[in-house]
Amino acid sequence: MAALWRRARPPAAPGLCRTLRALSGKNEYDLLVIGGGSGGLACAKEAAQFGRKVAVLDYVEPSPQGTAWGLGGTCVNVGCIPKKLMHQAALLGSAIKDAQRYGWNISQPVQHTWSVMAQGVQNYVKSLNWGHRVQLQEKKVKYFNIKGSFSDPHTVRGLTKAGKEIVVTADNIVIATGGRPKYPMHVSGALEYGITSDDLFWLKKSPGKTLVVGASYVSLECAGFLTGIGLDTTVMMRSVPLRGFDQATRVYKKKHICFTSQQQMASLVTEHMESYGTKFLKRCFPTKVQKLENDRLQVTWKNADLDTEETDSFNTVMWAVGRAPDTKTLNLETIGVKTNSETGKIIVDASEATSVPHIYAVGDITEGRPELTPTAIAAGKLLAQRLFGQSSELMDYDNVPTTVFTPLEYGCVGLSEEAAVQRHGSDNIEVYHAYYKPLEFTVAERDATQCYMKMVCLREREQRILGLHFIGPNAGEVIQGFALGIKCGATYPQMMKTVGIHPTCAEEVTKLHITKRSGLDATVTGC
Amino acid sequence: MEVNGLTPVPGSYDYDLIVIGGGSGGLAAAKEAAKYEKKVMVLDFVTPTPQGSSWGLGGTCVNVGCIPKKLMHQAALLGQALQDSRKFGWQFTEEVQHNWMTMTESVQNYVGSLNWGYRVALRDKKVTYENAYGEFVGPHTVKATNKKGVEKLYTAERFIIATGERPRYLGIPGDKEYCISSDDLFSLPYCPGRTLVVGASYVALECAGFLAGLGLDVTVMVRSILLRGFDQDMANRIGEYMKEHGVKFIRQFVPIKVEEGTPGVLKVTAKSTTGDQIIEGKYNTVMLAIGRDPCTRRIGLGKVGVNINEKTGKIPVNDEEQTNVPYIYAIGDILQDKLELTPVAIQAGRLLVQRLYVGATTKCDYVNVPTTVFTPLEYGACGYSEETAVEKFGEESIEVYHSHFWPLEWTVPSRDNNKCYAKIICNIQDNERVIGFHVLGPNAGEITQGFAAAIKCGLTKEQLDSTVGIHPVCAEVFTTLSVTKRSGESIAKDSDYFYYVVLGPSVVQREQGVNSPVLWAEASCLNS
Repeated sequence: MAALWRRARPPAAPGLCRTLRALSGKNEYDLLVIGGGSGGLACAKEAAQFGRKVAVLDYVEPSPQGTAWGLGGTCVNVGCIPKKLMHQAALLGSAIKDAQRYGWNISQPVQHTWSVMAQGVQNYVKSLNWGHRVQLQEKKVKYFNIKGSFSDPHTVRGLTKAGKEIVVTADNIVIATGGRPKYPMHVSGALEYGITSDDLFWLKKSPGKTLVVGASYVSLECAGFLTGIGLDTTVMMRSVPLRGFDQATRVYKKKHICFTSQQQMASLVTEHMESYGTKFLKRCFPTKVQKLENDRLQVTWKNADLDTEETDSFNTVMWAVGRAPDTKTLNLETIGVKTNSETGKIIVDASEATSVPHIYAVGDITEGRPELTPTAIAAGKLLAQRLFGQSSELMDYDNVPTTVFTPLEYGCVGLSEEAAVQRHGSDNIEVYHAYYKPLEFTVAERDATQCYMKMVCLREREQRILGLHFIGPNAGEVIQGFALGIKCGATYPQMMKTVGIHPTCAEEVTKLHITKRSGLDATVTGC
Repeated sequence: MEVNGLTPVPGSYDYDLIVIGGGSGGLAAAKEAAKYEKKVMVLDFVTPTPQGSSWGLGGTCVNVGCIPKKLMHQAALLGQALQDSRKFGWQFTEEVQHNWMTMTESVQNYVGSLNWGYRVALRDKKVTYENAYGEFVGPHTVKATNKKGVEKLYTAERFIIATGERPRYLGIPGDKEYCISSDDLFSLPYCPGRTLVVGASYVALECAGFLAGLGLDVTVMVRSILLRGFDQDMANRIGEYMKEHGVKFIRQFVPIKVEEGTPGVLKVTAKSTTGDQIIEGKYNTVMLAIGRDPCTRRIGLGKVGVNINEKTGKIPVNDEEQTNVPYIYAIGDILQDKLELTPVAIQAGRLLVQRLYVGATTKCDYVNVPTTVFTPLEYGACGYSEETAVEKFGEESIEVYHSHFWPLEWTVPSRDNNKCYAKIICNIQDNERVIGFHVLGPNAGEITQGFAAAIKCGLTKEQLDSTVGIHPVCAEVFTTLSVTKRSGESIAKDSDYFYYVVLGPSVVQREQGVNSPVLWAEASCLNS
């Protein structure tokens, strides 16, 4: 991959910019965007729509394993897009099993070939890289495949792969360099032998027996699809899965007795994964990775509960222990752009402005913002509109819906139950919930134990909806519309007045009537 | 009218409520009434079809409608999934055949479990159930006739008619003798083989769609337009998609005769609706889906004076589901000018009972009811169709935003680009409020539901634009709609670039006016 970008033709006459600025005292560009991911590209293209002179710098530092990719950032290359496609590959594996119940005669064995999938996914990603290039060209946005670094608040310098220096000056600069996966540097062999999500989607060969370390959504999603395509997959996590997502207690139904247990939306997701075949090493953390003679990786870890040391060998070890912003080489201190010393993220105000007035930041690199493609895109576009289009509209970071593409998907919008309780007090919150069974699961004889939804409402008369959580197939498709409803201030009675679409999973949302408080069985029966 | 020699007087009825018809609406009403400790009876009886099919408690939706239909639609979707799965790396034998009986048995087993579930639910709630045909014989009195012909009389203070509809027949030689309807299809004990579906209702297109998806040779005979009453732009797109996926359409013809040829083969003679042309075709199965008629003409409504629309057989009711006879109510598919949808019938039944017995005042809201047609490419809609919006508000007052979209999952199998379609209709006079929502694509029902809730809350275009999408799902396309139909701008999606890589530059450059050898050189590298 890396070779590809090395072949990019160096931009014409780099020295010219310097000359121009020196002559006129003016900056060459109205806007320079550093980082060609979702947010940066959206901002650049929007600014170009207003007839402004725009440049984008993008450079992919190869991963420690040497993986690099094209224009478009994390989402397109090593995030949402390849992730969801591989998730789809896994779902199709379940579909093949279901199909037999639905009358399709498929003779065994059914096998999965990684390289076919990877090729298909990678080709599509490359077509998107290409698409982004074409779009920039069409919109007359200048693109530089270089890694930029500030030399003064209006000037960014960088070297092309051919070693020529490029200097770009701009009135406004947007930093959108995103984040990259972290390595647990204290674990010996981590960097040398481990891969991350930056590598996984570009592997040419099957990862084989895989250990995924971490409890982030990246970890669970990757472990989920690896299990789904038939690989022996283990997730190792130190503490709770999906931190930051709903962790509230739920009423757990067993043999007609309802009791409360410390179960959560997040643990329903992992519970399903366990029944799906993913192995979990809970309360464990790795201490060492060694390469064996047969090329397998021997991982040693500590079990915090038993206080024992355990070991096993894997073909692949993938770290999914979090992501860190890519700011180190930008030289931000020199020009005075403030970052959070703990997270390394850039501190911005409601208008995405940094501590330096004409320098802005959008996307995963900004402190306290959701790390989501659509928020980065929206924030980037709105920023360009404010800069060049006489708009004053700010990005609204409230009620942002999202979906985790684990084997059983989890979609949510608004407050988690515990956040709602924290904000309003448990006496002022009503939670409606239901266990439901997708119609398609019946004939397929699939277990629907974890198909669950809950709606968090205020308890006062109007019962405004604060949050909606949905676990089941197509969770993203289900949640999107309801996110709008919540944006429009939907109340519980309005939701109940909405007629269902039969037979869908989403219709169960309009029929939620059992409160958690009542302790009644929340299992949906019949139509 | 006398019962047991006595004229019934209020307070001395056998039941507080008798529900005639044990379908979605009737059962919901009966169970709701039982919740308030009313004495309730349900009469349900399925008159066998001309082909002899019959089924259990639960009505159309459960037995011969939504449930088996969606399961067979799922079977067809899985057929597509099998093809896609090869592109995603799955390997299995080339030859994959579908076994009709395996599917039908599974579907019928599930339906059977639902029938049983309803029986249990009624018993648990202490609702008396009789598998008997109910008809009015006098004020407050019905006669229930069971399978064996035993008749009983029951009285009640109030009645709810919820008898639903049954498929219509053509009234041509051979129709009842040889043709099946959707009442027969879902339990057909043999694969229908080469099938002619007559009609262009959603039932017709859904059934034709899944039969074709299972690999059968399917022809649809259409008298005039597809999906009357639905947005015609969407309807035609559905038709196009089905055509591309192997369903044959014979437009502007109606059958005039069905006869048996060689055993197992039916000869259908059809006549053009525009001329004198006569055509013939041979099919293994002919399924009629030309509409449905309410079961209201043989339940003694005349005896108690309940008015029906003589032409359609439908029952006019006020906004509280009350017929012209105050103690008789009606819900569900038999209502005049209301929607024929399970959830509507359920909601109407529940709310009616709550008004009758616990002083509630909420009426069933028949506005902005969402629905989904489970054609191979699903169609979800809520609110106005484009043509009714134009008719009601005037073309100048509405703005239509639209876009194609390419589900991410379809990119790798590289299929059906620019087929999925999203459209919203906004009222410019009212703050660009969204008055119509239309989506054509996978999981359209799941997508539409939440948007329907948002429309209920007064959704405007501005709110739509300021909502963050969920990436990467189909539904997010609605948060980024920017092209108006009026503008005539292109709505083909960026996914065209994929073809650039696949087809090479010459084709696409010609079409897109891209002309950069440098870029193309890089694209070639991308492929290496």
